[in-house]
Amino acid sequence: MIGRVRLLPQTGAGWALVWLGFAALAALPFFATPFYVGLITTAMTAAMLALSLQLLVGGVGLVSLGHGAFYGLAAYIVYFLSPEGAAKPIWLTLPAAMCGSALAALVIGAISLRTKGFFFLMVTLAFGQLVYSVFHDTKLGGGTDGAYLAKPLLSAFGFTLETTSLPRSKRAWPVYYVALVQLVLMFGLLTWILRSMLGRVLEGVRVNDGRMRALGFNTFAYKLAAFTIAGALAGAAGHMWAMQSGFVNPELVGWHRSAEALLHILLGGIGTLAGPIVGAFAFIFLNDVAQQVTERKLLVEGAVILAAVLLMRNGITGLRWLPNLPSAKEGTAPDHDLAPPQKEAHVDD
Amino acid sequence: MTEAGSSSVLLETVALSKSFGGVSAVRSVSLTLSRGELHAVIGPNGAGKSTLVNLLAGLLEPTSGRIVLDKRDVTQLREHQRTHLGLARSFQRTNILGSLTVLENVRLAAQAISLPWQRLTRPPDGEVQLIETARSALARAGLEYGHGRIAGTLAHGQQRQLEIAMALAARPKVLLLDEPLAGMGPEEGERVAALLKSLAGEHAVLLIEHDMDFVFAVADRLTVLVEGAVLATGRPDDVRANVEVQAAYLGGHA
Repeated sequence: MIGRVRLLPQTGAGWALVWLGFAALAALPFFATPFYVGLITTAMTAAMLALSLQLLVGGVGLVSLGHGAFYGLAAYIVYFLSPEGAAKPIWLTLPAAMCGSALAALVIGAISLRTKGFFFLMVTLAFGQLVYSVFHDTKLGGGTDGAYLAKPLLSAFGFTLETTSLPRSKRAWPVYYVALVQLVLMFGLLTWILRSMLGRVLEGVRVNDGRMRALGFNTFAYKLAAFTIAGALAGAAGHMWAMQSGFVNPELVGWHRSAEALLHILLGGIGTLAGPIVGAFAFIFLNDVAQQVTERKLLVEGAVILAAVLLMRNGITGLRWLPNLPSAKEGTAPDHDLAPPQKEAHVDD
Repeated sequence: MTEAGSSSVLLETVALSKSFGGVSAVRSVSLTLSRGELHAVIGPNGAGKSTLVNLLAGLLEPTSGRIVLDKRDVTQLREHQRTHLGLARSFQRTNILGSLTVLENVRLAAQAISLPWQRLTRPPDGEVQLIETARSALARAGLEYGHGRIAGTLAHGQQRQLEIAMALAARPKVLLLDEPLAGMGPEEGERVAALLKSLAGEHAVLLIEHDMDFVFAVADRLTVLVEGAVLATGRPDDVRANVEVQAAYLGGHA
């Protein structure tokens, strides 16, 4: 009676589908070529970024164009900590990248959350480009060319996994599973947040910010908390990118990243938590196919995405025949206690 | 003019003014609201009644003057902080969380003022106390059933009742009700009127209302606002007898 949690699967079948998807990802390296293991790792990284942004977009109704800044910043933090030839362990680089991004999100959020709607979009865009220009226009991180970094070591408890000791066909596996574990953990964390009373407040803010303030909620503080958490999670995604590619450049920070993440959300479904993941995968898959069949990759991609967004207004996960999903419209949840048999007519006149 | 001793005054405004770019909406309004009192503010359209409520609630910042809530100057405090100090309001135009359930609307109101932040990460189902508070506020406002319905699908009158339940769940000392009867049918209106009478016993209620018969029947005290300024204040009978008020506002009513 407290009501459903909007972004989460509404049925057991929906949850089964989610876990089946993760299980399929866990099994994939056993069947796929190293190229596809790498490609899916890229997709999972993109999914992490989109998922972190979904906390703001789907969760609080805040559309930010500066989210890429936290992603790119984290990659640069890995570069600063672990430059070429001086690899550092992941247990150092990951928390550092996430903390750095969270801190940046706290500062940027504290200023940009004083605006709303279109202005919020513009202010976050401006902040994102500010961070971009720091890396683009100074020699700080190799300037416009970017720089190579030493991929963080997979070490824990004094044990380090040397990927070079693995057979060539399995060298991409460790990074793949690091990405998968993080993706699943992030999904779990966001599920937990959405189900908690914090999540209910964020949903209230999304629906009616002003009313929540009148009820006694300091909505600015709640939005800032969400913005900071989303920034930290985007940091994990940026760290993942550095970990897989071993390279940073200013493009990681630019607004294109943010726009791409928004596109993933839109494509996969703005009304579900699984949407951004599905959207990111669909996008990368489309990218791969388009590259193989045509030289006009962007044209094909653009046309397909346009068609997809026009035909599926709630994204891929919003398709009716998927069990995953709540009904597309808000406010149509079934209710169980409309009940009182005699008095109802009186109450409902 | 004050009937109650100053010790029981819960809400007081001192020379409160608000102007919007040179246009004065509220001019030097001083009024008091005491424990257990139902104080109605009446006045023609554009008299500044809703502006006054928004100033009291903290939605608007006054141009000058002070607001004292339970002996504490709250003029500089923000909306949500005033709610924590015991001020709750309803809105003139129904303002609810339309896509959430009825219960969740009220449960959030209870959560806002009583949940320590450490418990925020817990699921709401376990907070029996909050749900209990919400249910009793709903019952008090006359919504005994349909707590699982989506608030936006309720009939207009029920949404007005939900607004009152949301205000009650904050266990306020002072209730600001901005035209709670607006748009209600006669039958619904009667029910809410009875509710307001019963509320006045426990809370200090500041009521903005258009329905004159209703106001004169329920109010302990009346303030007549005309063009943003207090024209008269006092017991209903005194106000009714006031010649200025008759000329300015009540017309043939008295």
